[in-house]
Amino acid sequence: MQVNIEVNGTSQSHDVEPRTLLVHYLREECDLTGTNIGCDSSSCGACTVHLNGEAVKSCTVFAVQADGQQVTTIEGLAPSDEQLHPMQQAFHECHALQCGYCTPGMVMAAVSLLDEVPDPTEREVRVGLEGNLCRCTGYHNIVKAVLEAAGGAR
Amino acid sequence: MIPVAFEYERAESAEQAKALLAEHGDEAKLLAGGHSLIPLMKYRLAAPAVIVDIGRLSDLSYIRDEGEQLHIGALTRHRDVETDALVIGQVPLLAAATSEVGDPQVRHRGTIGGSIAHGDPASDIPSALLALRATMVIDGPGGVREVASDDFFTGFLETAIGDDELLTEIRVPKVPDAGWSFQKFNRRAQDWAIVGASIVVDNGSCGVGLVNMDSRPIRAGAVEAAVNNGASAADAAAAAADGCSPSGDLNASVEYRQHLARVLTRRGLEEAGR
Repeated sequence: MQVNIEVNGTSQSHDVEPRTLLVHYLREECDLTGTNIGCDSSSCGACTVHLNGEAVKSCTVFAVQADGQQVTTIEGLAPSDEQLHPMQQAFHECHALQCGYCTPGMVMAAVSLLDEVPDPTEREVRVGLEGNLCRCTGYHNIVKAVLEAAGGAR
Repeated sequence: MIPVAFEYERAESAEQAKALLAEHGDEAKLLAGGHSLIPLMKYRLAAPAVIVDIGRLSDLSYIRDEGEQLHIGALTRHRDVETDALVIGQVPLLAAATSEVGDPQVRHRGTIGGSIAHGDPASDIPSALLALRATMVIDGPGGVREVASDDFFTGFLETAIGDDELLTEIRVPKVPDAGWSFQKFNRRAQDWAIVGASIVVDNGSCGVGLVNMDSRPIRAGAVEAAVNNGASAADAAAAAADGCSPSGDLNASVEYRQHLARVLTRRGLEEAGR
């Protein structure tokens, strides 16, 4: 089935099987491998992307469901090759990553969280990121980075 | 994990969805937000030949004030239910239970209708709808019918919705002044409940719905009767596991689930002001 999806501002058109998951579509058809596959069962959040501006787990969405919609991946977040998105910058400055595997999903979930709750408390950040697991258990600096990014936006 | 191949049909209207169900019979499965069905398909516990995608029927996504009730379209997403001022003000138990479903990403996609049509005893929302005595509206070739929440959940992953029918609306009585509580015990923040309890106490009339205490979502009728007869929270909650047949698994034995049901029901009744 032909699907037309706007990925990171660019129109993409591919012929996919209906059973193709969005994460496989992004990685294998669009060659955007920044979105990771972790648990593959909608628990870990490593595959988090934005669908029409909201964080979703792309391992639990069929590409055909995103037909005609807008998808943003970690590759589409930074305004330019020279400049990081404020959330990426905050992760960088707060050392909010250890192995880095969860980071793309964490950043995408955190950006979506601040869209909905622009000035969160620490508790709201922790609850808001409950769908993302960091198996290095580096949560403290991740929370710090999200609060830092929220502060920068103020 | 990759699901078994299927034929994909996208319905542009409820009528078209019903026509596609009529055409494909029990080979077809409706896809709303997909957050119950897609995991089952990935584990190959479900392998429908035809998927009818109703996810774009935006006219079934709404929350309306209808006098004594709120009418909620089946395709209303969890995120829209949990943040809706009408739901928070008129049926705060439902907003609270919905906010405990999965995690934010799941709630951006999952819908109230999809969740309850899945009929999973471990789901949070059915317990609230049972406690609140909600009514489901089902549309099919025989016309539109209403089913009481007590008659809706018929077995493990089974509901009163026929193969050729579509759940369109959930009608929830308003209880703005009722005491209420949603109790959920789980291992990690985003997990399914090991056991959960929805409690509502309105003018001395009590509703208690339980999560994961039987093969289907159920009410704790003995607790409701005890409260209605004036029993204390502790005395009423002692009956929470009566008549329930929970299963044991890696997380909890049968006895532990029964214990949790009593403890969570007592806490819930106390929080609800009993």
